[in-house]
Amino acid sequence: MGETPHRSADAGTGGTRVTESHEWPAGASARVAEAPVSTRTPGGTGLGGGGALPRSRKFGAERAFRGLTLAAGTAVLVIIAAIAVFLVAKATPALRANTENFWTFEGWFPNDAEPKFGIGALAFGTVLTAALALLVAVPIALGIALYLSHYAPRRLGTTLGFLIDLLAAVPSVVFGLWGREVFLKPVQDLSVWLNKYFSWIPLFGGDGPFGKSILLGSLVLAIMVLPIITSLSREVFLQTPTANEEAALALGATQWETIRTAVLPYGRPGIIAAVMLGLGRALGETIALAMTLGITFGISFNLIENGGNSIAANIANTFGEANETGRGALIASGLVLFAITLIVNITARVIIYRRREFTESAA
Amino acid sequence: MSTTVTSHRPRPPAEPTSLRARRLPAYTAPAVAVAALALAAAIVYGAGIGGPVLVVVLGAVLYLAGLFAAANAVEGRRSARNRTWSALIHSAFVLAVLPLASVVWTLFSKGAERLDVNFFQTSMNNIGARDPEGGAYHAIVGTLEQVGIATLITVPLGILCAIYIVEYGRGRFAFAIRFFVDVMTGIPSIVTGLFVLAFWVLIVSPWFNDGRPGFSGFAAALALAVLMLPTIVRSTEEMLRLVPAPLREGAYALGVPKWKTILRVVLPTALPGIVTGVMLAIARAAGETAPVLLVAGGGAAINTNPFENNQSSLALFVYQQAGDASRYAPARAWTAALTLVTLVLILTIAAKLLARRNRLSR
Repeated sequence: MGETPHRSADAGTGGTRVTESHEWPAGASARVAEAPVSTRTPGGTGLGGGGALPRSRKFGAERAFRGLTLAAGTAVLVIIAAIAVFLVAKATPALRANTENFWTFEGWFPNDAEPKFGIGALAFGTVLTAALALLVAVPIALGIALYLSHYAPRRLGTTLGFLIDLLAAVPSVVFGLWGREVFLKPVQDLSVWLNKYFSWIPLFGGDGPFGKSILLGSLVLAIMVLPIITSLSREVFLQTPTANEEAALALGATQWETIRTAVLPYGRPGIIAAVMLGLGRALGETIALAMTLGITFGISFNLIENGGNSIAANIANTFGEANETGRGALIASGLVLFAITLIVNITARVIIYRRREFTESAA
Repeated sequence: MSTTVTSHRPRPPAEPTSLRARRLPAYTAPAVAVAALALAAAIVYGAGIGGPVLVVVLGAVLYLAGLFAAANAVEGRRSARNRTWSALIHSAFVLAVLPLASVVWTLFSKGAERLDVNFFQTSMNNIGARDPEGGAYHAIVGTLEQVGIATLITVPLGILCAIYIVEYGRGRFAFAIRFFVDVMTGIPSIVTGLFVLAFWVLIVSPWFNDGRPGFSGFAAALALAVLMLPTIVRSTEEMLRLVPAPLREGAYALGVPKWKTILRVVLPTALPGIVTGVMLAIARAAGETAPVLLVAGGGAAINTNPFENNQSSLALFVYQQAGDASRYAPARAWTAALTLVTLVLILTIAAKLLARRNRLSR
């Protein structure tokens, strides 16, 4: 198999030449012609019927190649299964050794002689930071996407869209570093202000110190997922059929009404996909949160006091001094995170696949 | 009052102004903005509850309310709604650009501080808390090796998997593979790190490492490969679907077997798109910190052997320097971050330009 990429590279010139000569019918009939191709080769041999043609051999290159691709496809399922199996295998001994309730205990001391650790506070922090981040990021991201696709001048929109795509590629550790060194100060000021005037709301209560709080963590998270959600939903908004928009405008709709009646319904599956992808990122984000949260163990809705923790951040922070049981405990917490993200992802995919039957947009 | 007079006439008198809807004059928006800011300043400083930031925030809220009221009175509710949403969308844009611009600006201003030759030629070996020197050479080596190995593993596997989904796969099994590739896209990087920790570092590698868990760059490459796989499969799959069917039919008509058609006709046609997807996946993997932290261990010395002993990576270097107590550490962290972002952006921009030239793209 080692020489296949080489071979295909050699064939490159021949392949492209064929494309050029066939270009005009190709694009037009691609969708229509897809189905016959698939049904014509039931045996997978690539040869048509007809008695004069060579019969498919039992062990030929065709079978070998087909088997190879099948193995690669199966590998995906194997990897997912292996992730679950190996995490469970390593987590079980630690969970057996745990002397407290894994679900309700608030604390993380798996390295002691009597290991005590619980996932409750961590899972709570994970969900709270991710939910807050999305609450902030989604409306703003959709606003920017609409601005870039429908309000900004075409040229400006394309350029800024390209820049936003680039920002989506910036590694999370950079956002974490920025949040810790630059963004901490304004958030601290905001927290002090909120505490001064709104301490009667439990969310903003407490008597400090403020700063490395859930608020900072989820705002950094929001800034991080913003470009991702924006670039995905902008692409969807740009795909809205012009006919739909022009029809709305011709009926006398204002620009906002056009967006509400033509653009948003068309893009809904895409928006859901983008938001779910953002949620997946926010739930699994490790380094940015490990650098911005003030690690504590406890379930508290206070947003501005130093504290907060998440499953992923806890793994990054305590991995260094973990012993055998400690590693097992961290793997157990990772298993919970895996389960949470798996549920979120599968839900999202089911929604998208079901929606796709009605609206034919690529999500 | 005049409307009640005209309403029961069969035809209202032809006034030249009634042909057009009444519109707010162009100076309304700036006027409302100035009035809102002034009012906000008066409230904030009068009550002594905050500074200039609060003035701007309160002013924006008052501006929205004032604009809605003015437009509602003159132009009607629909137009007022339109104006308010337009203003909201514009302000969302401004609101988001501020922090993102701050990230970019800080990255360049703080990253330039240690951007010297020494940074790219030395490692952190024997660098104490009081030494201003030290560099990221070992981290750059680590990043390149880990991402390189991960690419070597993932690209053949991912492309073959995509070929199966598009060309061979039928029915439930192919659908299950597609579905789980989608699901795999959302697996957090730290979970792949833990998976490789459990599978490779703690279970497999002790067999040929005298029973000790073997943290290595190769383990990090494995974790990155798991992360890259779904991205590559998805992008390759989309590109293969874009290859025109007549190309395949032409090859079949000439008697070319299916596997040869795929390797010699389909893949070369889709190649630019596939390369774009691979480069984007590499860019994403290069910035991952968590898996490297868990399975490569990090280290201060230069280690060019990815199969033995701890290795660092640029992202991990940034994380470690950010947590370091030395007062020279933040400068090193920012410069490493700048290096990492440059590396990732070069890959991303190249991929996007390649995608733009690709004739098959949508």
